[in-house]
Amino acid sequence: MSPLSVDGLRKSYDGREVVAGLGFELRRGECYGLLGPNGAGKTTTLRCCLGLTAPDAGNILLAGEPVPQRAREARRRIGVVPQFDNLDPDFTAAENLIVYGRYFGMADAEIRPLIPGLLDFAGLAGKENANIRSLSGGMKRRLTLARALVNDPELLLLDEPTTGLDPQARHLIWERLKRLLAQGKTILLTTHFMDEAERLCQRLAIIDNGRMVAEGAPRELIRASIEPQVVEVYGEDAPGWAQRDAARFSQRVETSGETAFCYVEDAAPLLAHLADQPALRTLHRPANLEDVFLKLTGRELRD
Amino acid sequence: MNAMSLLPRLSPRAFAVWRRNFLVWKKLAIPSMLGNLADPMIYLFGLGYGLGGMLPEVGGVPYIAFLAAGTVCASTMNAASFEALYSAFSRMHVQRTWEAIMNAPVNLEDVLAGELLWAAAKATLSGAAILVVIAALGFIASPLALWALPVIFLTGLAFAALGLIVTALAPSYDFFMYYFTLFITPMVLVCGVFFPADQLPPLVQAIAAWLPLTHAVALVRPLLFGEVPAGIAFHIAALLAVAVAAFCVASVLIRRRLLK
Repeated sequence: MSPLSVDGLRKSYDGREVVAGLGFELRRGECYGLLGPNGAGKTTTLRCCLGLTAPDAGNILLAGEPVPQRAREARRRIGVVPQFDNLDPDFTAAENLIVYGRYFGMADAEIRPLIPGLLDFAGLAGKENANIRSLSGGMKRRLTLARALVNDPELLLLDEPTTGLDPQARHLIWERLKRLLAQGKTILLTTHFMDEAERLCQRLAIIDNGRMVAEGAPRELIRASIEPQVVEVYGEDAPGWAQRDAARFSQRVETSGETAFCYVEDAAPLLAHLADQPALRTLHRPANLEDVFLKLTGRELRD
Repeated sequence: MNAMSLLPRLSPRAFAVWRRNFLVWKKLAIPSMLGNLADPMIYLFGLGYGLGGMLPEVGGVPYIAFLAAGTVCASTMNAASFEALYSAFSRMHVQRTWEAIMNAPVNLEDVLAGELLWAAAKATLSGAAILVVIAALGFIASPLALWALPVIFLTGLAFAALGLIVTALAPSYDFFMYYFTLFITPMVLVCGVFFPADQLPPLVQAIAAWLPLTHAVALVRPLLFGEVPAGIAFHIAALLAVAVAAFCVASVLIRRRLLK
């Protein structure tokens, strides 16, 4: 049975439809990503899946239980890493884990033996008595991940787990999530970091305005949705050049500020032409998920 | 939502929420107890001996003994209100503690029941501490005074539930000043804490009869004087009704605020 299946999910706030008929189904043991710009409906979808927001329409089955009707029972087998740190600042690291375990109906004697292993997993070995206020942002996020594992969940819901972290801290989180996948856990991840999604997700859905605009494996999405090669052209004259010449050598051109993005099947003719344009700098690279994302959701700001 | 549809949403997990708050309190228990005692004691001794020295007996007893019973009720009310307002608000809004709890198999109603019982327990501790002090001073007539403890707890429940309503509506901490200035403080003055309410104009007395603090005072004062209060069932029912009704309203409002 799927750890989470969502079908025809709809939710409006003040007449604005934030989630507009979303459906997806997780396979056991995979990492599934929900990608979307700010306001795409990712967090609302997660809240609906957890039974914290009642949807206007749609069916949700979480850990085999209908949500929101039996959300409390379903959440026994789920771990959640929220977007904002909400560790208990009055407690030590170990107390945070004990108190959280109690919310799952676990006895202290059941939780205590788990603490060293959980802290070790979070790279916080020996920090049992550390005050939460003394932990860095990365440490707090890792402790939140450890807290989400206290009930040994089968499915983890992670809402932008690496937002606001430095590269070292992000890589550590990714490495830990891969370990959890290797242990057979299922992960649902929301993010707007394309490298994160490309690294971690077996499958992902790109969401915009509450609707799914694409779904599939990252490589597959890149192959299916976009030209394989990208040549980025920089320089003061890049927009002018793009208007005059780019279309002759490219399937598709997008301009953003002083950069032209040329999407091509074969980059050779374009690169040969650009070799004679000393005022323009170029970067030739394979298309990536970010290109797909920008093609499908547009380049205008969302905030 | 009525009380009947609320019940199925409650689970024993509420106790885990209670224990969370208890663990935080334990870390600061001594300063917290002393802080809670200092304010009522200053009033009790200041007014009790200062003002009391100028007065003949009030209600048939020395003024300080009269005031002691009122102080027990007022400080129970204050302790429950502070916990359900400032502390609960910081857990709901500032620290997002409730959000974290509700990601576990705990419902909003469990969280609120845990908060309610915690605020009432903390208020009971506050009221009981004052009982101990006034017993040591010899202002307690008989062991009948022990029956004041459940009344104190019930008073704590009523004011904690009322406080949760205010928390549900509060945009920030500043909002709580209105509640204290417009509701709590006037109540202390009209419900027989400092002086018998029958001193007041009939209209004020009629209003005061509807206020929960009046019922708490009507039960606690006779008990401390060693008498069985008149109209026990009525006063208990009044406090219980406030607690249940306010908790239902608070649940609906906080559900609307957090789980929309």
